[in-house]
Amino acid sequence: MLLTHGGEPLRTAAPVVRWTVEQVLALAPDESSRRAGGRLGSAGPWSGAGCNGSGAVWGLCKGSGSKPYRTVVDTTGPAYKCSCPSRKFPCKHALGLMLLWASDEAALGPAEVPDWAGEWLDGRRRRAAQKAEPAGGGAVGAGAGPADPAAARRRAERRAERITGGAQELEQRLTDLLRGGLAAADQAGYGLWEETAARMVDAQAPGLAGRVRELGAIPASGPGWPVRLLEECALLHLLDTAWLGIDRLPEPLAATVRTRVGLTASADGPPVRDHWLVLAQYDTPDGKIVTRRIWLYGRDSGRTALLLSFGAAGRSPGQALPVGVTIDAELTPYRGAGQLRAELGGQFGAPVPTGTPPPGSTATAAVAAYGRALRDDPWLESWPVTLCGVIPVPSSDGWQLVDAAGDTALPVAPSALSRPGLWKLVAISGGAPVTVFGECGHRGFDPLAAWADSSDDGAAETVPLI
Amino acid sequence: MPSTTTAWEELVTSALLGTDRRPLASGAGPGPIALLDAAALHTVRRRAGLRPAAAAARPGTAPADPRPPLPPAARRRLAQLLADRSASSGAGGRRGAAPDLTELIPQWLAAADQRGFRAPASLLPPLLDAARARTDLRPQALAFAGPRGLWLAGLNPEWKFALRGSPGSSLLPDVADADAVRRLWEEGLFAERVALLGAVRAHDPGGALTLLTSTWPTERAEDRLMFLDSLRAGLSAADEPFLEQALSDRSRNVRATAAELLSALPESALAGRMAARASSCVNPDLTAGAATVAVEAPHECDAAMQRDGVVSVPPSGRGERSWWLGQLVEATPLSVWPARFGGRTAQEIVALPVADGWGEELHAAWCRAAVRQRDPQWARALLGAPSLPPSNGPGTASLAERSKLLATLPGAERAAWVADFVAAHGLSEAFQLLGVCPVPWAEPLGRSVVDALDIAREAGSYPWSFSGVMGLAERCLNPAEADRLEVLTTTPDEPENASPGAAGYWSEAFRRLVSTLRLRAAMDAELGAETA
Repeated sequence: MLLTHGGEPLRTAAPVVRWTVEQVLALAPDESSRRAGGRLGSAGPWSGAGCNGSGAVWGLCKGSGSKPYRTVVDTTGPAYKCSCPSRKFPCKHALGLMLLWASDEAALGPAEVPDWAGEWLDGRRRRAAQKAEPAGGGAVGAGAGPADPAAARRRAERRAERITGGAQELEQRLTDLLRGGLAAADQAGYGLWEETAARMVDAQAPGLAGRVRELGAIPASGPGWPVRLLEECALLHLLDTAWLGIDRLPEPLAATVRTRVGLTASADGPPVRDHWLVLAQYDTPDGKIVTRRIWLYGRDSGRTALLLSFGAAGRSPGQALPVGVTIDAELTPYRGAGQLRAELGGQFGAPVPTGTPPPGSTATAAVAAYGRALRDDPWLESWPVTLCGVIPVPSSDGWQLVDAAGDTALPVAPSALSRPGLWKLVAISGGAPVTVFGECGHRGFDPLAAWADSSDDGAAETVPLI
Repeated sequence: MPSTTTAWEELVTSALLGTDRRPLASGAGPGPIALLDAAALHTVRRRAGLRPAAAAARPGTAPADPRPPLPPAARRRLAQLLADRSASSGAGGRRGAAPDLTELIPQWLAAADQRGFRAPASLLPPLLDAARARTDLRPQALAFAGPRGLWLAGLNPEWKFALRGSPGSSLLPDVADADAVRRLWEEGLFAERVALLGAVRAHDPGGALTLLTSTWPTERAEDRLMFLDSLRAGLSAADEPFLEQALSDRSRNVRATAAELLSALPESALAGRMAARASSCVNPDLTAGAATVAVEAPHECDAAMQRDGVVSVPPSGRGERSWWLGQLVEATPLSVWPARFGGRTAQEIVALPVADGWGEELHAAWCRAAVRQRDPQWARALLGAPSLPPSNGPGTASLAERSKLLATLPGAERAAWVADFVAAHGLSEAFQLLGVCPVPWAEPLGRSVVDALDIAREAGSYPWSFSGVMGLAERCLNPAEADRLEVLTTTPDEPENASPGAAGYWSEAFRRLVSTLRLRAAMDAELGAETA
């Protein structure tokens, strides 16, 4: 245990190093918060602002009212508290305060925690300590089970039956489609798929519903769509069949199938404590829900892990970690073959702002790793890979990452071509080899973070590309 | 393997047409289930068996940039400035008390360039984006972006602007390499040729002229005009023969520009001819008792005058004769007049009464001549004392003209003149004049602007009547003034007759001013941290 109940960290030797402006801005829930936070990111409206060695930052921000807002941030979370009425999270004051902290050492220096900030910080740490306690004892989930196991089992059985009904119906629709021909799917339009997706939601199989909805978008996705539609129909059929025959599957694959269909698994693998480098964080809209993905790399275990969190309409997902920091924390993995998803457990001490990139591989090894991962999960779109010694090179239909030492290359995924991060990557490289972390899949390589191989701008700095 | 490819193509064809019309020939069964099974197998097998692609040709590495990297604090600041730039687009409403970071980017870039720092690679894309959106940032942004920025711009069509006319750009050949210069001059795009001419001109004015004359007759009229215009830099008597010849150009605009350039060379034949013409029009009046200027405007605009660039047809609403007179005096070397007016100084000549109501016409022409010939003595005389109301000044009441006259004076004198002007007349007319003063403002100028703002506040008007000057003050006041300004940020009681709420708005405006100045001081310190 590194934290006492008093909230004063025992480890005071390593000062908390400030984040970069990009790291702070990455926490903003939306564009207007970024903007508003940016305006508050200078000394003007702040008074009584300070920070301390345990990662707390606080300040009073003059608003339109007579009393200034009290803003306090625990950057080890990060967690925020502000007396303003905003429902955004973090609010513009918290963002502004962190920007000030990130960009202006003169304006915000070490100080004594004021009482109003101290109360909240102490409370937070007490709760964190209590939460970390049982996890340390290895007793996760023991007391968290349902009150009535028999009732829970009956509920699970009823749901499985509904999913089975949904999967059978979907099989029927797929065979009808293939019997009549995909060419007809072009004319049938979106309505058919939307209706089918709604049926799958009714069948309590959100995983199937999501895949069906994606099928609907394929006919409008440009040249070659029949091939892509056939591929996706075939994988959906594979998933249906796997569900219908789940009794005959080995357990790890069965767990993967359950997750793919949309049953929530629980994180109950053995917890792994490590120094986790935050490689990437990005959000994707998923219907009315925003899914946030955070990739982590464990320095000692060599594991790559994925934290998933979700935000309902208009709210950003609660979890946020700035890219490039290393956190000493415990992760609990989810079950399922080839699963990288994990849940963040207790954190120990403040994040450290740099870390060593994962060891990299070649383009050939990257596609091979994706291929191996497909054995455990054939529905996998991509696999996290770090490439080292690659050069971004323009090609006839986009960009490639070329092995500096050979003549092989990975095409950059189409989704990455329109993002500003690609140009950041090219700029960092300057035509010379770099290390890049990203998702490698059948559509190509999607770069998410980069490290300059030879840089005197700051050694081994993680540059987010998304 | 060809067999699997064929099998896959067959699956796709069958799927497109439907298994009812096109059953699978091979495989386990004819129905759609068999098709889906086979397709799933193929799909997973294809994905699992992916091979890397063949590498395309590499673009070559960016040239090395020997400049030192930014200190970390300055780097964070730049990231914030650029992030704010992209975020603030479309932001509306009152500005509040927070500094406007977008307005500080040019200053930050100028300071970084002056100290010779290299731009951080990862910030090059937002930097180039900023320069694309704001042409006023381009020279500084591109200088800061350096060779890697230019290398990067070469890969992205959206940043093409960076490749045009960037001075000293690596895309221009070495100006000493005669063959390369000649080749680019003959084969280059127009923008490249303008940039090349400018670069050669800076290095070897005569060489540039030789280059230009070699292709002159074959250039298009618009191009001739632009090329001619680039001779403005480093203009000297050596250019006279070429310019004299351009006076008979086919294009009227080319002729006019050639005449304008020649008239800026007081020793030129054209200047002499104009002086002779002007001298026959403007003279001391010997018949009057006291010294007076007599004016006899030209009666015709002959072919010789037209050849020397005098435009014969006046704009509507102006008399022909006064139009011609103005052009003659404007193109006449100012050094002519003291000799003609009995050794009087510029000041004394300007003070002489002018007969028959020609005064305004004549003084306006002298103003234009002083600006064109960059003559501080005449500019000083025509500006008069700063305390005089502009309408009673000797030269011109136009603030635009006055700011041009001011620009010919040395920086310190300019600032002192404007400081006195603001002290005498307040801020309502000072905006254009403030714009030509060197930054940061000298102490007396800064003090007079702040005093004038304070007076405006006490008068109870709203601060946004002065938002232009406020904005300038944020960018141009010396950051060291921040402490002195602190007292103005409090919200005093509303004076009587004040506009409602004005005191609060003023306090906010001054708080923004102070925080902007503090921010500028911090930015300077961050940039100076390593070299100081």
